[in-house]
This record gives sequence, C-alpha cells and structure tokens, in this order.
Amino acid sequence: MVGVLAMLMPKPEERILAQREAVIAALRELVPGEGTIADPAALKAYETDGLTAYRQIPMAVVLPSTVEQVAAILRYCHGNGIKVVPRGAGTGLSGGALPLADGIVLGLGKFKRVLEIDFANRAVSVQPGVTNLAITQAVEHAGFYYAPDPSSQIACTIGGNIAENSGGVHSLKYGMTTNNVLGVEIVLIDGEIVRLGGKELDAGGYDLLGVITGSEGMLGVITEVTVRILQKPETARALLLGFPTNEAAGQCVADVIAAGIIPGGMEMMDRAMIHATEAYCRPGYPLDVEAILIVELDGPKVEVDHLIGRVREIATACGAVSIRASESDEERLRFWAGRKNAFPAVGRISPDYMCMDGTIPRKRLPEVLERMRALSAKHGLRVANVFHAGDGNLHPLILFDANVPGETEKAEAFGADILRLCVEVGGVLTGEHGVGVEKRDLMPAMFGEADIAQQQRLKCAFDPDGRLNPGKVFPTLHRCAELGKMHVHRGQIPFPDIPRF
Amino acid sequence: MVKAVKPKDEKDLVQLIRWALAEEKPLELMGAGTKRSLGRPVDAALALDLTGLSGIVDYQPEELVITVRAGTSIALLDATLRQRGQCLAFEPADLGPLYGGPAGSGTIGGIVGCNLSGPRRIKAGAARDHVLGLSGVSGLGESFKAGGKVVKNVTGYDLAKLVTGSYGTLAAITEITLKALPLPEKTRTLLVFGLSDADGVKLLCDAAGSPAEVSGLAHLPSDVVRRSRVDYVKRAGAAATAIRIEGPAPSVVVRLEALKALARGRGPVEELHGSNSAALWSEIRDIAPLLPDRSSDLWRLSVAPTEGPGTFARLCQSMPLAQAFYDWSGGLIWLAVPPPSGPARAEAIRAALPRVGGHATLIRASDDLRRQVAVFQPEVPALAALTARIKRAYDPKSILNPGRMVAGL
Repeated sequence: MVGVLAMLMPKPEERILAQREAVIAALRELVPGEGTIADPAALKAYETDGLTAYRQIPMAVVLPSTVEQVAAILRYCHGNGIKVVPRGAGTGLSGGALPLADGIVLGLGKFKRVLEIDFANRAVSVQPGVTNLAITQAVEHAGFYYAPDPSSQIACTIGGNIAENSGGVHSLKYGMTTNNVLGVEIVLIDGEIVRLGGKELDAGGYDLLGVITGSEGMLGVITEVTVRILQKPETARALLLGFPTNEAAGQCVADVIAAGIIPGGMEMMDRAMIHATEAYCRPGYPLDVEAILIVELDGPKVEVDHLIGRVREIATACGAVSIRASESDEERLRFWAGRKNAFPAVGRISPDYMCMDGTIPRKRLPEVLERMRALSAKHGLRVANVFHAGDGNLHPLILFDANVPGETEKAEAFGADILRLCVEVGGVLTGEHGVGVEKRDLMPAMFGEADIAQQQRLKCAFDPDGRLNPGKVFPTLHRCAELGKMHVHRGQIPFPDIPRF
Repeated sequence: MVKAVKPKDEKDLVQLIRWALAEEKPLELMGAGTKRSLGRPVDAALALDLTGLSGIVDYQPEELVITVRAGTSIALLDATLRQRGQCLAFEPADLGPLYGGPAGSGTIGGIVGCNLSGPRRIKAGAARDHVLGLSGVSGLGESFKAGGKVVKNVTGYDLAKLVTGSYGTLAAITEITLKALPLPEKTRTLLVFGLSDADGVKLLCDAAGSPAEVSGLAHLPSDVVRRSRVDYVKRAGAAATAIRIEGPAPSVVVRLEALKALARGRGPVEELHGSNSAALWSEIRDIAPLLPDRSSDLWRLSVAPTEGPGTFARLCQSMPLAQAFYDWSGGLIWLAVPPPSGPARAEAIRAALPRVGGHATLIRASDDLRRQVAVFQPEVPALAALTARIKRAYDPKSILNPGRMVAGL
C-alpha cells in the first residue's frame, strides 16, 4: 500500500498464528455474538489508529461489555501466551493501538456509561469508553466541566486519555490528564481487578495511579475512571497578537509568565500556519506578521479584564504590531477558529501531513524554528507550526504527498530530526501524544540504557511475560529475567570508616 | 543510633549503594532527618545522609522550572524562588516540630520522597504533580533519570511519580526538577464561626464547587481553635471554618464578596489579611501547632470530603477524647488520639473509615506501635503482591529503607 511504512514489530509467533481458530473459539465462549470479531473485512476497521502510516490486521478483535469479561479475556490470554492490544476510540496519534499479527485487539468501546456524578466531592466516575467531551456534557448543566481538552475530545475516550496522559490547549493552567484523574479500576494481565485511588487524595502506597497514567496500555486494562471536575470559569477573553518576528512573540510569552500570569491558553502559530488557516476559514488573522499569539485569560470577569490589560501592555512592550482583545464570545471563538482548524487547513494545502509533538524550553523557540527551516530545506518538505507556547509543546506539521514514492519516508526522517532537535535543546520527544510506535526508536535520544531499563523493570513487575501491548514505547524488548540479573560490584568503597559487621 | 555516612556526590553514592548491595547491608536513607519517625522503623546497618548532595543546579523562572539536588533545604529553595516571585505551589509542610525537631530544616528530597502537600493541594495538586523529573540511584546501584526538565512531557513511563512518595524504598533521589509557579499577588481568608463539623464541611464543599477558585478549605473544631496563635481565630472561642482565596487584587475582592454571600446566614464571619492569613494556613499545613503534644498518637485519614465529619463522629464513639481538624475540604483529617495507645486502637480507627475509599496512616507514634501495626493502609492481596514485585524490581536485596512502608519489604 502506498504511503504505509514498515515498522519492525515483535516477530509473530508461528505457534500462536497456528492456533487462530482455537483462540477465536475461546474468545467467542467468553464474549459471544457480535462481541468477538474474526471476519477479515470487519477486522480491517481496526488495522490502524490515528497514526495511519502504520497498519496491521489483528488476529481477532474482542469487545467485552463487563469487567468480568475483560478479566476472563486477560486470564485466557495470559494463560495461553497471547498478546493483547487495548484500544479506546483509536484516535491516538503515536500508534499506541497498532495491532499485532499474532495478537488480539481488546476494544473498550462498549464501556460507555457514566456511573456516578458527585458534585459535592467534585468527582465523576465513568466507564473508560465514555468520550472526553461527554464527561463535560454530563455535568455542564450544573456549571462544571472536565478540564483536559485534547483536540480530538469529541471522539477520544477517557480510557485512552489516561493511557496516553493526554493534554490540550489548557494544560499549562489546568494540568494534563494525570493531574485531573482521581482513581481507576484496572484489570492486570493475570485477570486480577484492582482499584487505585478514588475520591480520597494521596492515600499512600506507591503511586500506581501515577504510573498507569501515560503507560500506553502496557501495564493493565482500564475499566473504570474517576476524574476531578471543576466549576467553569465565569468569563473567558482572548487577545490576538501579531509579531514581526518569532523572537518578539517568544519574548512576549516569557514576559507574560515572568509577570506571574498563567493564562488559560497561550497558542502561537508561525507564518506558514497563519496563511494556511486564513485561507481555510478566514478567522481574520494579520497576514503581514511572522507569528501570532492567542492568549486566553479565564476566571472572574474582573480578573480577566484586569489581566487582559496587563498582557496588552506586555505585548506592546514586546513590539506587537497587531493587538486585538475579544469583546464578545463570538469574537473570542473567531480568534480560536484558525487555531482549531489548523489540521484541516493544512490538509487543504497538502495531500498528507504528519503531526509531530515535542516539548522544548520556551526560550529556545526562535532557534528551534530557525533550525527547522534548515531541516525543511534539507529534506525538501514544507513545515507549518502550531505551538502550545505556554508550556513549550511544539506541533510541527510536516507536509508531504504519500503518493509520491519515498516522500513518506522523507517525512518520517524529517520528523525524527525535529524530535532529536527538541531533545538536544533540553526538551523531550513527546509532550502529549505518547511514544507508541512512532517515537519508539527515538527513545535512546532522550534516555540512556539504564534509564530505559528502569522503565522496563516496571513493565516486568506488572506484566512479566510481556503480553500487554508489546512492541510499543521500548526500542528493544528485554526478557524480564535478563533485567532481573544483578551486577554485584565488590571492591574498594569510598568510606573507610564504615563499620565492618 | 546507627552510624551515618554522607556521600559528597552522586559518584560516591553509587559506590556506597553498590557496596551495600554486595555486602547486603541495609541503608536508612535520610535528608535532614526531620521525618525519620514517619513510616515504620527501619532496621539499617548504616544511615545514609543525603544532605551532601545540596544546591540549586539550574533555575529558569520564565520556564517555570527549577532543578535542585535532593539534599537542598526547603528554606533555601523557598528563598530562591521567592526572589523571583515564585513558589512551590503544593505548599510543602515543615514537619520538623511535629517530631520534636527544629523548624525550617527539612529537605526537598524528604518532601518529594514522602509526597507531602499542604492546604493548596485541593487546587494546585500534590507534590507529585509538581515533580517534572528526577535522577536517582536504585537498589541495584544504577544511576538513572526519569521524566524531563520541561513542564509538559509524556515520554516513557512516569517513573518520577513512582519514586515520589515511595519513602526511599526504591531509589535514593539525587536531583529533582520541579515546576515553579507565581506567588499569589494577594491573599484573603474568610472565617465563618460556630459551625458544627458537618455544617463546616458542607460550607467547604459548597465553596469548592463555586466559581470562587478557592485555594484552602479547612475546618477547625472549637477544641482545636483554642491552640491557634492567630488572635482572630483563638479569641472567637468557637469552631472556625476557613476559606482562602488568592490571585490578582481586584479578583480577590470580588471573589471574597461571593464567598460571603455563600456563607450568609450560616454564622458570624471574619476576614484575615496578610500575615494573619499566612500564619493560620501555616499552622494548618504544619499540623503540630493545632494538636495536642507528642503523648498523643497522630493519624492522617484520607476520605472523600463529604465523608470526613461522619468518619470522625464514628471514631468519637469509641474514643471520646480524640481531637481532629479537617483540611482539603474535609477530605483530610488530622486525628490526635491520647493514650492509652495500641494495636486495638489502630484497628478501631481503620474500622471507622468509610467502606469504600478510606485510608488511615499512622503519622506519629512510638517505635513499638509503628512496628506492631501497619503504618500505611494495608492493600488488598493483588495490590500488595504488585507492590512487592515493584520493590523487588528496583531493590531486590532490600537495602533501601527496608520495612519503611511495609513489614518485610
């Protein structure tokens, strides 16, 4: 298939492939009827997730509807050495739900119920297949909302959000998923059902809720989620600021933060992106600038008006050539329209694009954009940038045409160069999309061998046989027994006065 | 008292841990030692003093990021941040005096190791939410780093969270990168007097669910109020329900009025400004000033906020002399239980917890009692087995704080 990349996944086990019929029969026993999918045409719907450059038809898909079924499936797979790839809505951008030829996909799409809304404790419990936006919709009649808002929030599920530790445009002020989740119920690979956290805070014991969040479906299968809800801010207003240089825009971001202001959202777009979005949906962006910033302040009206004034002063001092403050909610949403349509806008000017996701120290932004221009020339591909400027999370969109032989590979190589650059300037490989398969082989750019081994030891404690979502996050699979070996160093010690026992 | 060694740098520390591993000599990890009596007593061959690893490594105020060595004192860290108008938003407590030690000597490594957070926890999150990354040496004698040095990162497993709150049982932390946030421009505290525990916590939960963006929610029953050193609180002589708001000046004024409207008809009100407000919240944060002396056992109960008053009421039936106050909107109960102490008491306290979602931690008691009873809430078997597998993965010979969290681990 044109434009599909080969990704080296763990070699399918002949032993398992040969048992396909028996596996399907066993799954049908556990989840009868339409809940077990084995028909090749139907399986095709599950061959990829939001990272469509990689595809693989799984052996079977199973869609349980109770936690007992999830436990039974995992117990069976654990006992028979079958690999399991958990999946929410399949919107992930790093290939975390990419199937395996000798594995099953465990879809949580039937877990769609809101279980409990507890306004007094500001907590909502839902099943993992409930979408991010549906949580807000369930509580907004009382003025509440769920803060993390990844751009796929209409479709993405809360279970997937936890697996990936999703962010969004408001994460500088309100945090990522990990800062907003109170508890989960998970099923371990051996079928044990355990609860971590709940409506009570910081209970003690190891922070397993903290490590499950962002573990990309490799430590357990989430079957219930409790999140914190917040009262919706009374007002929100935005400033649309245009700057003659990226440096000036970057300085404005730094000065806002240095003034002690944490905006609800602070987004930057570069020249290429401004022009693409203006052509697509006419949000009214200034076209004669190098960069625009959208700074949104939210909270009580008097606070928002006060801070709009202060940010306006800072922007002026930083040389903004265009300053507009929203006077109505319609105007505020118009400022955002371009930013929210950045992806389709790029889709209009290029047959395909690849969205990258690194984080950098904000002050290195001008340098990173400059070097990205050089990389663009080197790889012969265009790039447009949106940037969660408040928290340094950069989303370069690489423009390419998958129908041109070799361009997909070029785009991938360009993306890898960008992420290595992020790490080089003190940043990280992924700010909110996850490692998955996409950034798996770049992990050594950020972590040394010992660092990766420490992460794999956690994996071994949860899943010693490596049956849950193998082939993701780690560039090399180590057998757990190998990691467990100790290197005992005997010899001179630096404290001669230590008592000998 | 066991002998202490003090490595001067990370290289020293790695060698020392490798030696301990080879010789199977258990180590008791400590910073300034202010919280040595928190957790189960450790039977160590040697104490490992980590205050030699001290100092600010890098501070970038405009990036909201600071990197420090683990043995750095909170006092130095606070002063450094304050100079640039920033702070650690999770309000780390100073537990020195709670255990009879000096004030102001704790280290950031100790705070992160125990995941201790103050009243602002309900708005800003816990210590664990502010640790962006860390470096350490595991019980295998391996140096490693986890997380990153930027505010937004999901690369690999979040091992920084695993180490935070692990009480030194998985790794000796050497360096920590923290999120720094702006100091609030202005602070006000609204006091409402004379409410019962149930009515006080009801008001706190109403305030938490209002748009006022509160940053502190505590209820002090009348027997606790007597101990406050804040005049306005002490002289009221009645229970005090305290609600804190912080932010830009014009906003604080408006939100305070909204909260007064919320409290109308519930009881007499008072406002605390500046230093009085700060003094009250540091008493609540540091616990010791508000509760009886060290002859009482001290427990920390964590429940859903609305379950707080009922939990304490159940406890009072079997131990009428117990005293307590509530932080975190009612979800955190600091409970002082006077003698006689003993394992039966511990069982009674855990039996009074809500059936779902309650945890009790024994914060201060004699060494004997902390050996006899589970200091941390016992985990269900599947979870306890997982905890044991994680401990063995990072510290197979149990040389780092053995038994600090769970007996035999």
